[in-house]
Amino acid sequence: MALKLSSQERQGLTLISPTLLYALVMLAAPLLMVATFSFWTQNYLEIDRTLTLDNYRAAWGEPIYQVLLARSLRISVIVTVATVLLAFPVAYFLSFHVKKRKALWLFLITVPFWTSYLLRVFLWKVILGYNGVLNSALLNLGLIDEPLTFILYNANAVVLTLAHAWAPFAILPIFVALEKIDRSLLEAAEDLGDGPVRRFFRVTLPLAMPGVVAATLIVLIPTVGDFITPKLVGGTDGLMIANMIQIQFGKANNAPLGAALAVTSMLTVAAISLIVFLAGRRLGGRVKP
Amino acid sequence: MTARPIIELRNLSKSFGAVQALRGIDATIREGEFFSLLGPSGCGKTTLLRMIAGFEAPSGGSIVIDGKPMDGIPANHRPTNMVFQSYAIFPHLSVAGNVGYGLKRKKLSRAEIAAEVEAALEKVDLAGYGSRAAHELSGGQRQRVALARALVMRPKVVLLDEPLSALDKKLREQMQVELRALQQSLGITFILVTHDQEEALIMSDRIAVMFDGQIAQMASPEELYRTPRTRRVASFIGVMNFLPARMKGESPEGIEIDIPALGSARIPRDRVPEGLRPERIESIGIRPEMLTILFDEANSAEREAEGQVVANSYYGDMTYYDVRLAGQEAQVTISMRNTAGRSVARPGTTVRVGWGAESVVLFD
Ligand SMILES: Nc1ncnc2c1ncn2[C@@H]1O[C@H](COP(=O)(O)OP(=O)(O)OP(=O)(O)O)[C@@H](O)[C@H]1O
Ligand SMILES: [Mg+2]
Repeated sequence: MALKLSSQERQGLTLISPTLLYALVMLAAPLLMVATFSFWTQNYLEIDRTLTLDNYRAAWGEPIYQVLLARSLRISVIVTVATVLLAFPVAYFLSFHVKKRKALWLFLITVPFWTSYLLRVFLWKVILGYNGVLNSALLNLGLIDEPLTFILYNANAVVLTLAHAWAPFAILPIFVALEKIDRSLLEAAEDLGDGPVRRFFRVTLPLAMPGVVAATLIVLIPTVGDFITPKLVGGTDGLMIANMIQIQFGKANNAPLGAALAVTSMLTVAAISLIVFLAGRRLGGRVKP
Repeated sequence: MTARPIIELRNLSKSFGAVQALRGIDATIREGEFFSLLGPSGCGKTTLLRMIAGFEAPSGGSIVIDGKPMDGIPANHRPTNMVFQSYAIFPHLSVAGNVGYGLKRKKLSRAEIAAEVEAALEKVDLAGYGSRAAHELSGGQRQRVALARALVMRPKVVLLDEPLSALDKKLREQMQVELRALQQSLGITFILVTHDQEEALIMSDRIAVMFDGQIAQMASPEELYRTPRTRRVASFIGVMNFLPARMKGESPEGIEIDIPALGSARIPRDRVPEGLRPERIESIGIRPEMLTILFDEANSAEREAEGQVVANSYYGDMTYYDVRLAGQEAQVTISMRNTAGRSVARPGTTVRVGWGAESVVLFD
C-alpha cells in the first residue's frame, strides 16, 4: 500500500527536506562511524577491524565507567529537575501575570546568551572560588569563619553552573505551552467548582505537559554529555562520562573504547528520554490541538 | 409567572478603566425562566453574564442569587454554571471526563459519577459518547457536551454566552428548538446572551434589550415586538417603518395622531404605552406585515393611502415591497404573502396601501 500523506504533510516534508538531508549527512554519518568504531580494537597505532564486543564489556563492566556514567546521569537529572522546577514559575508568571511587554521580558531572559558560555562558566568560578565573590561576602558579613570549599571544584558547582546555563531553554517551551492554553478552559474549571490549586493540577499542568516534557528533554539530553563544565568547575569529583570519552579519544588513544562509552551513554539517554516522553503523555492525557 | 426571583440585579455597574461597560442594570430573573440578554456587539451582554457567573467583580451595585448576596463569592462557589461561547471543552479529557469534571469534587463514588454523566449525556442526545476524545466531536456535539457538563452540576441557573453562534444556520435553528424544549422539561433558569433578535424571540420567556451598557426594555417577546418602547428597540427587533407624526388631540378613549404620509387615526388607550408623553411624539412605527397592498378593486381596508412601488424583494413565500407614499418623501416596506393567482407588482406600479390604527406603535 502506498504511503498516504495529506497535502499539508507533503508540504511540510518538502519544506524540511534540505534540512533533513543536511541533518542525515552531518548527524547520521558520524553516528554510524562511532557505532562501527565501537566494535573494533585499537592496537597502539593501528585499528584492528575484526568485530568484537570487548569494548562494551569494558564499558559496562569496569567500575570507573559505571561510576562516571551514574554520576553524569545523577548530575544531569538533578540539573534537569532543578531547572524545570525553577523555570516553571518563571514561565507561569510571564504567561499569566505579565500583561504588558511580554516580548521585553522574553528578551531579557535571553540576555545571558550575549556572552560566550565559557565566559559565563569562568564567572561562576569567580563567584564560587576560594577567594571568590560569595566567600568574601559571607566572610565580611561574619556569617562564616573560613571560606566554603564545597561550592567549587565538585559536583555541586557543576549542577549550579549547568542549571543557570540551561534555564532559558527550559523557560521558553514551558512559556509557549502555557500561552497556548485557552483561558476559557481555566474559567470553565473554576466554574465547575475548582479552586486555584485544583485547577492548576487538573487543567493547567496537564495542558502545559508538552512544554514541560520538551524542557526536560532539552536540558537532560545535552547535560549528560557535557564536558566543558565539569572540566572547568567540576574538579576531580565532578568529572563526567563525556570527560572520559574525550580522554579515550585523545590522551588514552583508545577510540574504540571511547566510541563504546559514547554509544552506551547515548542509549541510556535515549531510554531515559523515552520514559520521560511516555510519562509526559500519560500525565498530559490525550492532548490534541 | 409569579415564580420567585432567582437572580436580582440591583443598580449594577462595571467599568474597565475608562470604558463604562455597564451602568445601572436593574433586573429580576424568575425561577424557571428562559431569559435572554439581547443587544448589539459591545453593549455589555457578556460582561453582565460574566459578573453573574463570578468572573468579573461589579464596580457598583449588587447581585443576589437565590436569596444570597454574591459579593466576594468566587465563581466556584456560585450556584451557576456556564456554557462558554468557545465551549471550553477540556482537550485532555474524554467526553465523560469533561462532563464528570465538576462531579469529582462532590463526594460521589465512581459508579455514581458514571451514572450521572451518562444521564446527562442522554439528556443532550449524546448517550454512548462518553469515551470519545474531545477532538473527535463536531461543533454541535461540542456544544451539547458543554451543556451536559453544566447541567450535570444541577445548577440553579445555567448561563449561556452565544452558545449557537458557531453553528451553521440549519443546526442553529434546530438547536434553538431543542435547547428551549430541554429548558422547559428541566425547569432550570437559563440566561442566554445573544445578538440575534430572532433567536431571542424564538427561545425566551423574557428578553432584556441592551444598548450601551443599559437595559433599554425588558419584556416578553410578543410585547417587545408589538410595543417596543423606543425607536432604537423597535429597529433592533424585526423590521419597523418609521413615519413622521404629531399629536392632534387627546381624549379619554385615546390619542388623536396625524401621520402626514398615511392620514390621521385615533390610537386606543390600550395601545398607548404607560408614561408616554404624547406631546413629544415625533414619529410612529408600523410593522411591514401590518400594512397591506390592496391589489383587488374589491378589497378595502379600515384606512387607505396611495403609493407607488419603488422596489421589490422576492422571498418565495413572501415579497417585500418598498412603497413611496403619494405626495410624500416617506417610504415604507410592506410584506405580502404571495398567492397563487397574483404575480409580483413591478416597480412603478401605483398601489393602494391599507392600514389600521390599532397597529400603530407610539414612541416619545
Ligand atoms: N476585560 C476587559 N477590559 C477592557 N474592556 C473590556 C473588557 N471586557 C469588555 N470590555 C469592554 O466592555 C464593553 C462590553 O463588552 P462585552 O464583551 O460585554 O460586549 P458584548 O455585548 O458581549 O459584545 P459581543 O456581542 O461583541 O460579544 C466593550 O466596550 C468592551 O470593549
Ligand atoms: Mg459577548
